[in-house]
Amino acid sequence: MSRLSDLLASGARPVVTAEFPSIDGGGLAAVERAADELRPFVDAVNATDNPAAHAHASNTSIAIGMLQFGLEPIMQVVCRDKNRLAMQADIMGASLFGVENVACLTGDDVTAGDEPEARRVFDLDSTQLIKVASGLAEGHYLSGRAIKEPPALFVGAVENPFAPPLDYRVLRAKKKAEAGARFLQLQIGYYPERPEAFVRGCVEQGVTQTTALIPTVVLTKTARALTFMNDSVPGISIPAEMIERVAGAGDKDAVAEASYQLTLELSQHALSLPGVSGIHLTDFRHDGSLERLVRDLGIGPAFDPVATVAGTTAV
Amino acid sequence: MPKLLPLFEHAVKKPVWDCRMCGQCVLHSTGMTCPMTCPKTLRNGPCGGVREDGNCEVKPEMRCVWVKAEERSHSPVNPHHWEAEFNDLRPPVDNRLQGTSSWINLVTKRDRRTPAGWSGETLAEEPASIGAALVEIDDPTMLPAGFHS
Repeated sequence: MSRLSDLLASGARPVVTAEFPSIDGGGLAAVERAADELRPFVDAVNATDNPAAHAHASNTSIAIGMLQFGLEPIMQVVCRDKNRLAMQADIMGASLFGVENVACLTGDDVTAGDEPEARRVFDLDSTQLIKVASGLAEGHYLSGRAIKEPPALFVGAVENPFAPPLDYRVLRAKKKAEAGARFLQLQIGYYPERPEAFVRGCVEQGVTQTTALIPTVVLTKTARALTFMNDSVPGISIPAEMIERVAGAGDKDAVAEASYQLTLELSQHALSLPGVSGIHLTDFRHDGSLERLVRDLGIGPAFDPVATVAGTTAV
Repeated sequence: MPKLLPLFEHAVKKPVWDCRMCGQCVLHSTGMTCPMTCPKTLRNGPCGGVREDGNCEVKPEMRCVWVKAEERSHSPVNPHHWEAEFNDLRPPVDNRLQGTSSWINLVTKRDRRTPAGWSGETLAEEPASIGAALVEIDDPTMLPAGFHS
């Protein structure tokens, strides 16, 4: 199975996953550059699927490209753009090249993107997609048609512990786990008490017995970036005092440092929660802060005492 | 009657629940809140885009359908066995039923029919013979696997 699944099963250390930048042209060299930047510090990387409803090089092409450059992909599949036939075909197609990790998402609405005129599909919802993808690995399409040599898939999803109805999010995580999700990457969030309650609930409901929880933190450089996320990104809300703390830190460098410290604190808090299996990083800085963060946290392949999980040497 | 019933059903359910005539009604299990009125037509719970105030990502002026559904499912007037179904995994929509009467589909159990793979079944690779298989087919869209290939 995938390195991610082996690592999570071993429980040897927290895993580090990250978001691959969107690629718009530049050939495979563009994929290689981004892969080189991330490879030493992460265990697996999300190949996004038209994030925030903006078209980019596709999830499947990026996932396959990552494999070529020695990076383990987590292929995101969103329900917004394709029907059940196309989504199954993408997963099966990518699996031919060795893509095993699949993350099933609803997807931001088309109105969040730059082509709000587009037709939204949502033929399946994310929970249904989890079950359909798990079925592929069991040897059949949704129709029931047999797959003689089923792909090895490690199916997961995302969940947002920060969005209403807050009390219901644990049950939704449970539903996804029961549908077959073996990992859940959690949405970016700035209210530490929410993932705390969510993770506790997941432990109580037995979700963590089958499914790894991986909270997300984001590396930002400016107070404006926080304001933008708070105002414009669906499902993300940031307490005003946190934005003020960063904005009021002083000059540009002081603000960047305050932003980093905020991310570090949120990461440390997330990793301290019993039931959390790792951390997912979104880097909007691209100034070496990702490396600094994994160093400060002391996690990831670069700091793995046994750097050869599943025979794969890190770095 | 079969032609009139969908019209009648729509006339009743549209003003009350903004019914979209998906033909496979699950209202009772979703706090009497129609999931097809969610802009993403999600049938298994809210997406991650719900706003801090509980309103919809797509339509900021509208309360999230699933926030409403969750609240209403706990309402004292909602029967307990309906509340218990709230978290059931609802199967993918059968798009062929759009515009048909969910009342008829409930009686005939047509709304319960799901693709074999949904319940984890793998179909036999080849039907014994097309002729034999056809005898059992009551719906021409339910042709056996492999028939088209």
